[in-house]
Amino acid sequence: MPAITFIHPDGKSDRVETAGGESVMQAATRHGLDGILAECGGNAMCATCHVYVDESWLARLPAMAGDEDALLDGTAAERRPTSRLSCQITITPDLDGLVVKLPERQV
Amino acid sequence: MTASGAAGSGVPHLDVDPFDMRFLADPYPAHELLREAGPVVYLDKWNVYGVARYAEVHAVLNDPATFCSSRGVGLSDFKKETPWRPPSLILEADPPAHTRTRAVLSKVLSPTVMKQVRDRFAEAAEARVDALLQMRNFDAIADLAEAYPLSIFPDALGLKPEGREHLIPYASVVFNAFGPPNRLRQEAIERSAPHQAYVAEQCQRENLAPGGFGACIHAQVDEGAITANEAPLLVRSLLSAGLDTTVNGIGAAVYCLARFPDQWSRLRDDPSLARGAFEEAVRFESPVQTFFRTTTREVELSGAKIGEGEKVLMFLAAANRDPRRWDRPDSYDITRRTSGHVGFGSGIHMCVGQLVARLEGEVMLTALARRIAKIEITGEPKRRFNNTLRGLDSLPVTITPA
Ligand code: HEM
Ligand code: FES
Repeated sequence: MPAITFIHPDGKSDRVETAGGESVMQAATRHGLDGILAECGGNAMCATCHVYVDESWLARLPAMAGDEDALLDGTAAERRPTSRLSCQITITPDLDGLVVKLPERQV
Repeated sequence: MTASGAAGSGVPHLDVDPFDMRFLADPYPAHELLREAGPVVYLDKWNVYGVARYAEVHAVLNDPATFCSSRGVGLSDFKKETPWRPPSLILEADPPAHTRTRAVLSKVLSPTVMKQVRDRFAEAAEARVDALLQMRNFDAIADLAEAYPLSIFPDALGLKPEGREHLIPYASVVFNAFGPPNRLRQEAIERSAPHQAYVAEQCQRENLAPGGFGACIHAQVDEGAITANEAPLLVRSLLSAGLDTTVNGIGAAVYCLARFPDQWSRLRDDPSLARGAFEEAVRFESPVQTFFRTTTREVELSGAKIGEGEKVLMFLAAANRDPRRWDRPDSYDITRRTSGHVGFGSGIHMCVGQLVARLEGEVMLTALARRIAKIEITGEPKRRFNNTLRGLDSLPVTITPA
């Protein structure tokens, strides 16, 4: 199963084994990871599952839909070119090893 | 319990009326019965299917092509009966029509907009606590759960000061009307004419102050996103669903914190838990208890065969306490991971005003936790009965300043 590394704002990291077909957000919340709130449960409505994707991985992710782009303008922490909503990234085998950074805050 | 009749093989028939006063007074034993009877049940009283477990409620919410909203999200089937008011363009609509109107309200109530109103909402919460500290003894429903949203939401919408007393009664009609033709529904609709007239009037462009949510909806007409005839009806959605829901949400949170002093003291120690405390109250009390869907085709749900054109009642509140999904479901825990609860629904119709509700809840509970040491219930809480909404009519309390 593909694994994902979450890097916390303090530099510590967590490696999470994922289940097939779930989103990066679901993998994080299933492991009780701090730093992803996901208040809307993955419906692309709350922007509290914000992550910064490691630059080397950015191009390999599925493209962003319009509603994700608009929501990212409202994130609590600053929006960067690497910002994504983790509930909108479905994990596929080719994303094994994905690295994402967690923002300072989600609300 | 018998297993015959319209509902095919294996679906247990229950003699439970989820809109009966006794049920509404204390729904929890019946919720458990419904959950444990099977993944899908049939309620003979109203000839509807019911789902009360988390997995099935979540599945129905997330399959809008099979379980549609355009035939009404109450018991009444719009294909067979004339709706009591023109249907909502968002709540009672399916894709692709829903997709377009939904985009408009999502934009008007986006996280970016919440950042702009946050300070105003927080200041009003502080002002409310100032007033409560003067009173010491008060009704936590009228003086807090109603007074706070009334002090910000109508202004945020851009409503005129006159006539606002119609807002809560109008919402009460709307949520009673989702229920069956029982006394609650009949009486609500009989008395609705003046409230309907007020609301229809306030939805017009010229009656909405510039910069408010209402004016922002009308501005979408100029962008070509909606027509001039659609805008008033979308404003109506905010008038219907935006006030009484948060009254019951905030009321639920205060009622929880007053009943569970250990959780109140955790919140006092760390007011940054306020947002989670509100969210957990929405899971725990589920201010919106139920919604219906109508099947667009024959479908098999967890082994149960359901025909086309059947109403399916989703017990959101029962799903939010399903032990298959939640640890210690009946305890109010402000640090619980609530992500995935269905108190705001799920899928394409998931509450478009959820960010407004959370913001109100967060800033109100933060202000209370910072400045009040103790909240004690001083009299018997009284329940307010509604076919869809769960909440109190009065909650006498006394507070001790911090
Ligand atoms: C604690 C407060 C609230 C609760 C518990 C709540 C609950 C819900 C639920 C369960 C739904 C899903 C309906 C369905 O699936 O058929 C919903 C939808 C909706 N809510 Fe809320 N709500 C709240 C606050 C608000 C606020 C503050 C607003 C407006 C500012 C609002 C506006 C709406 C609208 C317009 C819809 C229809 C969305 C659609 O069909 O796409 N709600 N709400
Ligand atoms: S979980 Fe809400 S936007 Fe991702």
